[in-house]
Amino acid sequence: MDARRATTTVPRVRQVGFFTPNAPPAQPSRTHSFPLDSSSPPLSNSPVNSSLSPVMIPPSRHLSDNLVHRATSPLPVPEPSAFRRHHVAVVGSYNPTESLLGSSPPLASPSSRVIGDGEFSEESSAGWFRRSNSAKFASSFSGAFDLTSVKSSETGGFHQVKKPVVAQPKEEKSGAAAVVEPQINKGLSSSSTKPLKEKTTKAERRALQEAQRAAKAAAKDMTVSVGVSTSKPVKQQPAQKKDAPPPASSIAVSDRKGVERSMEKERRKDIPAPRMQFDDKSRVEKAKKRAVVNQSEARNRVELFRHLPQYEHGTQLPDLESKFFQLDPMHPAVYKVGLQYLAGDISGGNARCIAMLQAFQEVIKDYSTPPEKSLTRDLTAKISSFVSFFTECRPLSMSMGNTIRFLKSRIAKLPLTFSESEAKASLCADIDRFINEKIVLADNVIIRHAVTKIMDGDVLLTYGSSCVVEMILLYAHELGKQFRVVIVDSRPKLKGQALLRRLVGKGLSCTYTHINAVSYIMHEVTRVFLGSSSVLSNGTVYSRVGTACVAMVAHAFHVPVLICCEAYKFHERVLLDSICSNELGDPDALTKVPGRMDINYLDDLTNKDNMQLLNLMYDATPSEYVSMIITDYGMIPPTSVPVIVREYGREYLWI
Amino acid sequence: MVVYGHAQPTTPWSPATGSLRPRLQSAVIPDDSTDTTVATVVGKPFSVIDEFNSWRKQPELAEAVAAIRALAAVIRNCEATTMMELEIELKKASDSLKSGDTTSISLTAGCDLFMRYVTRTSALEYEDFDSAKSRLIERAEKFGEISCKARRIIAMLSQDFIFDGCTILVHGFSRVVFEVLKTAAQSKKLFRVFCTEGRPDRSGLRLSNELAKLDVPVKLLIDSAVAYTMDEVDMVFVGADGVVESGGIINMMGTFQIALVAHSMNKPVYVAAESYKFARLYPLDQKDMVPALCPIDFGVPIPSKVEVETSARDYTPPQYLTLLFTDLGVLTPSVVSDELIQLYL
Repeated sequence: MDARRATTTVPRVRQVGFFTPNAPPAQPSRTHSFPLDSSSPPLSNSPVNSSLSPVMIPPSRHLSDNLVHRATSPLPVPEPSAFRRHHVAVVGSYNPTESLLGSSPPLASPSSRVIGDGEFSEESSAGWFRRSNSAKFASSFSGAFDLTSVKSSETGGFHQVKKPVVAQPKEEKSGAAAVVEPQINKGLSSSSTKPLKEKTTKAERRALQEAQRAAKAAAKDMTVSVGVSTSKPVKQQPAQKKDAPPPASSIAVSDRKGVERSMEKERRKDIPAPRMQFDDKSRVEKAKKRAVVNQSEARNRVELFRHLPQYEHGTQLPDLESKFFQLDPMHPAVYKVGLQYLAGDISGGNARCIAMLQAFQEVIKDYSTPPEKSLTRDLTAKISSFVSFFTECRPLSMSMGNTIRFLKSRIAKLPLTFSESEAKASLCADIDRFINEKIVLADNVIIRHAVTKIMDGDVLLTYGSSCVVEMILLYAHELGKQFRVVIVDSRPKLKGQALLRRLVGKGLSCTYTHINAVSYIMHEVTRVFLGSSSVLSNGTVYSRVGTACVAMVAHAFHVPVLICCEAYKFHERVLLDSICSNELGDPDALTKVPGRMDINYLDDLTNKDNMQLLNLMYDATPSEYVSMIITDYGMIPPTSVPVIVREYGREYLWI
Repeated sequence: MVVYGHAQPTTPWSPATGSLRPRLQSAVIPDDSTDTTVATVVGKPFSVIDEFNSWRKQPELAEAVAAIRALAAVIRNCEATTMMELEIELKKASDSLKSGDTTSISLTAGCDLFMRYVTRTSALEYEDFDSAKSRLIERAEKFGEISCKARRIIAMLSQDFIFDGCTILVHGFSRVVFEVLKTAAQSKKLFRVFCTEGRPDRSGLRLSNELAKLDVPVKLLIDSAVAYTMDEVDMVFVGADGVVESGGIINMMGTFQIALVAHSMNKPVYVAAESYKFARLYPLDQKDMVPALCPIDFGVPIPSKVEVETSARDYTPPQYLTLLFTDLGVLTPSVVSDELIQLYL
């Protein structure tokens, strides 16, 4: 259901069963109390205040439900005084309701969420009418209320927050009272026959909920009557009730929905968007439908990592390649880069970022604003669609996320006076400047800082193949420093071999070993240089799997660990382990050794249920194993990463 | 004292140009004809070195503070007409000061911080050079004031940490730590001090003398007795030659040892350091620093084949330090980098 989508900062508690309208979830006693007799004051005055808190914004969907219900439920003929009393408790300062409704107890309402319009009348009526059972008279009464409130809302507008709309509705209500009368009469007769106890039945409540949901769906189509009549078995709604409210309700519904949505949007801005969790089936299904790349999910997946996407590798490439000329919305440069990601031709944070930015430059150059659309919005939408394509090819790295945020902020900050060509030129220039300042020049600064830490006679250890570390070693060698390098490598990627080849070609003396020998070799090492994919706010270094192992062994041997990372890769997230956020690679790569056909022991076992292959791509190194982080802002301790993010984060977004 | 320049004086200072001049005059015998105090560097009527030396004459003044005051005087007496020229002048003066003592971290750090503090962009937004210059002078004076008062502020901040009946271990003669202990003694707190001997420069002996004059119970230890007595100690107080970016300190040889012992026995190690000592250095290990050598007199001749470790300082990593008392407040070691980043923003 869309319940999750609609969540805002305040968790919306889905109240099942009967509850008084606007009653905060902290009032469990209220939910089941709906004293029918007017004497008992189920609605104490205390909850009123809380019910008035602007935090409890009811979802709009129930608005229509309520309206519908209210409209259809027979209006009770309660004693106005009695009803009013209770009503007051519920609504708070909303006096008019009191006068109108009297003291009928707020029977209903359990699931009927408070109507979004914040009209007290609405709310109270919602409370009243909640359906089901019997409280017919109450519900019908609330139906009357609805009428009035609807009217007032139409006339006076409404707010989401519970602001007492005192003046207007009062008159309306009194005016509507007459209209209500016949309904009340009708409802009363029908409802008075129902016993009170029925309301608390779970089945009824569930039915009520179902009815509401259906009503909401119906309301969406603006065919209120159909939905209501079919979905509410319990309710005895006289058909003619629907006629009056529907036209009013539909307008009210749409209005309320609009207001509520804008409020929700603002609230949503404060919360970071939830990451796609791949163990949620419905979302995965939805994402698949929008996907360009047809990914087939892998079969045997490790339970702990089900929240990460895992696809069959190698199956999409031929399919995508054949589609090259058919994907109209896709730009060829983007497509090309996506294919390169998929095939693994481009790897390494900086390379991926630069390739992506250059593809976007091409996109911007070829872009022309469609008629009737604004450049910023349309271009942002296009970029977002390309980004989701990249994500399907290969999940984004954190630095790519930062880069995309930068690009979107630049697009958003384009002055409106710019013509299209000026805007395009400005964006391309911004991208060029980003690549130059944040990656190329940053690397130069890092290299200059890092070589001051290399002395003659040093033995430097590095893991895998980081482009920055390679540049540092080559530069130090050029400066004439005497040192030797130990390259630690690991399967299945064996990236260190390419680094070894390049370093040996330049004349450095190197030692090559695998990660299982790192503790054996560590006693000879004087410094460890590591690259990283990202550094997080708590100083945790997120990098190629195996880095944490090397850093820990180095720490145990009291060897300083230096992380070389450009500042644009810093992220304000905090990671505590390698599980929450990671990337799953191709599991078949674990079972196969390139060049050795005879090592095929696991070939027939991969499909067994009790055999699961896990190929993680990243891991998280805790900050206590890191001695220093070398960035383009200088050499900083890992505890200062949030300082950099705080001080320089704004600046780089504005450039 | 280094005397540069020619014999003939340039325009004599008028007292109006700065409060420093009268002092300078009094410090050195004025001689109009051969006014060595106004010895020139490259024809300028002002020598930063002389200024610096005159300031250093005050025994209580730290080296870095004297340098800061001297640099402030440079701005005041500078004849440049543009911002760039002024900055170049300052840079030259700062370099000459630093070259006087390359091993002093606080001097280098103080000069660098002064330059950053004074030339931050806000001052340069003024159209009018004179107003910009006066703004720079204002900032320079302020920085000098803060640095001068730093010791008193630190002494006040650390009073809360000295309780009655505590035992404090101190190492080396740090004037800041001495100020802290003096203030505590003057506020009638009851505590006793363990002083390490502080070889090779015997600074511990000097400190114990001073403390005895204040009627503070002092016990003198040889450097090797630190672990032996660490049980009885409640806290360790040290000063610093420099505070590095990682949050660690560079201080007299032996500080690291004491910090290690204290850490393993769960005793807090407090560092009292002024904020101008924050340096943009980041040593990874003991050898990663500019060496500062100090000859050691063993009392007996050492055969030439025997090597002697003459380094005068060591580096204490931040994980062994508990708190830093600075004029910016009581900080944890990780805040040092925060402050430096903000300053160099």
